[in-house]
Amino acid sequence: MSAAMDTESTYSGYSHYSGHSKKAHRQGRDRHKSPRSKDGSRSEKSVTIQTPPAEPLLGNDASRAEDGQDDNWGETTTAITGTSEHSISQEDIARISKDLEDSVGLDCRRYLGLTVAAVLGLLVFLTPIAFILLPQILWRDDLEPCGTVCEGLFISVAFKLLILLIGTWALFFRQPKADIPRVFVFRALLLVLIFLFVFSYWLFYGVRILDSKDTNYQGIVQYAVSLVDALLFIHYLAIVLLELRQLQPMFTVKVVRSTDGESRYYSLGHLSIQRAALVVLENYYRDFTVYNPALLTASKSRAAKHMAGLKVYNVDGPGNNASGQSRAMIAAAARRRDSSHNELYYEEADQERRVKKRRARLVVAVEEAFTHIKRLQAEEQQKAPGEMMDPREAAQAIFPSMARALQKYLRTTRQQQYHSMESILQHLSFCITNNMTPKAFLERYLNPGPTLQYDRDRWFSKQWTLVSEEAVTSGLQDGIVFVLKCLDFSLVVNVKKIPFIKLSEEFIDPKSHKFVLRLQSETSV
Amino acid sequence: PVITTLSSFISFSSQQRIEIHKLRQGDNLILGFSIGGGIDQDPTQNPFSEDKTDKGIYVTRVTEGGPAEVAGLQIGDKIMQVNGWDMTMVTHDQARKRLTKRNEEVVRLLVTRQSLQKAVQQSMMS
Repeated sequence: MSAAMDTESTYSGYSHYSGHSKKAHRQGRDRHKSPRSKDGSRSEKSVTIQTPPAEPLLGNDASRAEDGQDDNWGETTTAITGTSEHSISQEDIARISKDLEDSVGLDCRRYLGLTVAAVLGLLVFLTPIAFILLPQILWRDDLEPCGTVCEGLFISVAFKLLILLIGTWALFFRQPKADIPRVFVFRALLLVLIFLFVFSYWLFYGVRILDSKDTNYQGIVQYAVSLVDALLFIHYLAIVLLELRQLQPMFTVKVVRSTDGESRYYSLGHLSIQRAALVVLENYYRDFTVYNPALLTASKSRAAKHMAGLKVYNVDGPGNNASGQSRAMIAAAARRRDSSHNELYYEEADQERRVKKRRARLVVAVEEAFTHIKRLQAEEQQKAPGEMMDPREAAQAIFPSMARALQKYLRTTRQQQYHSMESILQHLSFCITNNMTPKAFLERYLNPGPTLQYDRDRWFSKQWTLVSEEAVTSGLQDGIVFVLKCLDFSLVVNVKKIPFIKLSEEFIDPKSHKFVLRLQSETSV
Repeated sequence: PVITTLSSFISFSSQQRIEIHKLRQGDNLILGFSIGGGIDQDPTQNPFSEDKTDKGIYVTRVTEGGPAEVAGLQIGDKIMQVNGWDMTMVTHDQARKRLTKRNEEVVRLLVTRQSLQKAVQQSMMS
């Protein structure tokens, strides 16, 4: 705010653009500004300047250049505009290249991780089979014959491998549902563990068995069986680490949306911050009402009125006392007797009344419209073939009678962008097909629903950034705060530990419930 | 001159001995008052007691012109003794029985009465 005041006071000369001192002013300004434009870039056509967005002064330079009567404006002015449609600024190029890098980087990393895991898995799966087959291939004649015991072991190896395969498929083969910033610590740990394990087994096998051409085939097969057993145990470890550990709730998490204060509580177990952020986001799409920027305009206009009320003039001297100015502003605003609370109260009461009236009209119109439709039973369908309509046509037939009331209602509650006519017709035919009552048809429009209910391009929230002071792979602790930002708003997440509950027992004998009358009698003697 | 008066109420209890001569009405001997209280009753509902855990016997009503009024019994009195029998730890029914013994014509009660006296003080005279 003080910066706006600064620019206003410094450039106050420019707001009164009279003819006489223009040339001198402009040349002075250009001399002041040209070093900056050189710093920007020589090849690009424009430079961006950090000005407060509400300040129109500097942005009108181009138009002012045309208005002015300076003949040399072509040479002396540097075009200090933001980005126009025909030029690409330095900033744009930087942003595009960063986007490319980011998307390529993330995809590469994700696919790299997947391929590593897949290759490792395949290797691990084929290892026991290799252990069993290699002696047969390489020195078959030297091997001791090994009868039923070995065959039993072969069967057990086969079934254990099958179980391992099914278990791995069930646990790991899933569509990745999110891109997360850092690697999954537990998954990486497990991969490393498996790799080391299999590596050590191969080492042992290579040294002790292949080199020395061990002839005890039963021992070799048992060695392979022990490997498969150990792999099954690692699979169990994976289940416990990745799935079971975070099931028990340990933390309560409060999520507040920054624009309108809507909040929810969730229970989480032991998770890392990035996984907790994922859970919160998945629940956000289901639980929070959709973000509607049109509902925020009222508070923004009130805030603007507060700011525009007071101006600060520095009469005492040229000192740039910014903090003193802002303190003076706040004190003056507190003392000023404004009636904005009154306005707010009456405005809200009015709005509520309007919405209720429109809602009543809408409900009546829809109920009436629904009475015009009757479902034909199977026998009746043969009798009256001429007038039969399918749901879509039926919807189109009754839609005009309620369209106006519905549109007016959506306008009043500022939801009109979220529902196109096509979507309303679709919903109407859906409701007609499923025998829904008018109230069931209307529930979608009367209350703002969760984000998932609406069309994807009205979501305003697809790309999320996790802002956190702690490392995002560290676990949740009591008191951690992290923020999930998207372009228009952010979700502030506050983590609290579920308190340690001391539960004790008390036994009350059912026979011990006894009562007594409280009397107050009066006797005359 | 401004005189400020401060008046305070001081309460103290005094013990009185009251002798009531029973009145014969038909077959009964009546005393002309009603009692409330007793160890089997609820002491918190007693309007006359100062201490709401007091389970003693209190006089709740005095009939006009009856023997109790003539003898000087007042409403709100706590009966401590009847003819020497203690009445502070009796049930309501026991109290009634002690007061309505058929062969007694005179009952001598020891009662405690809370009386209020107004004390007027002149605090400032200027």
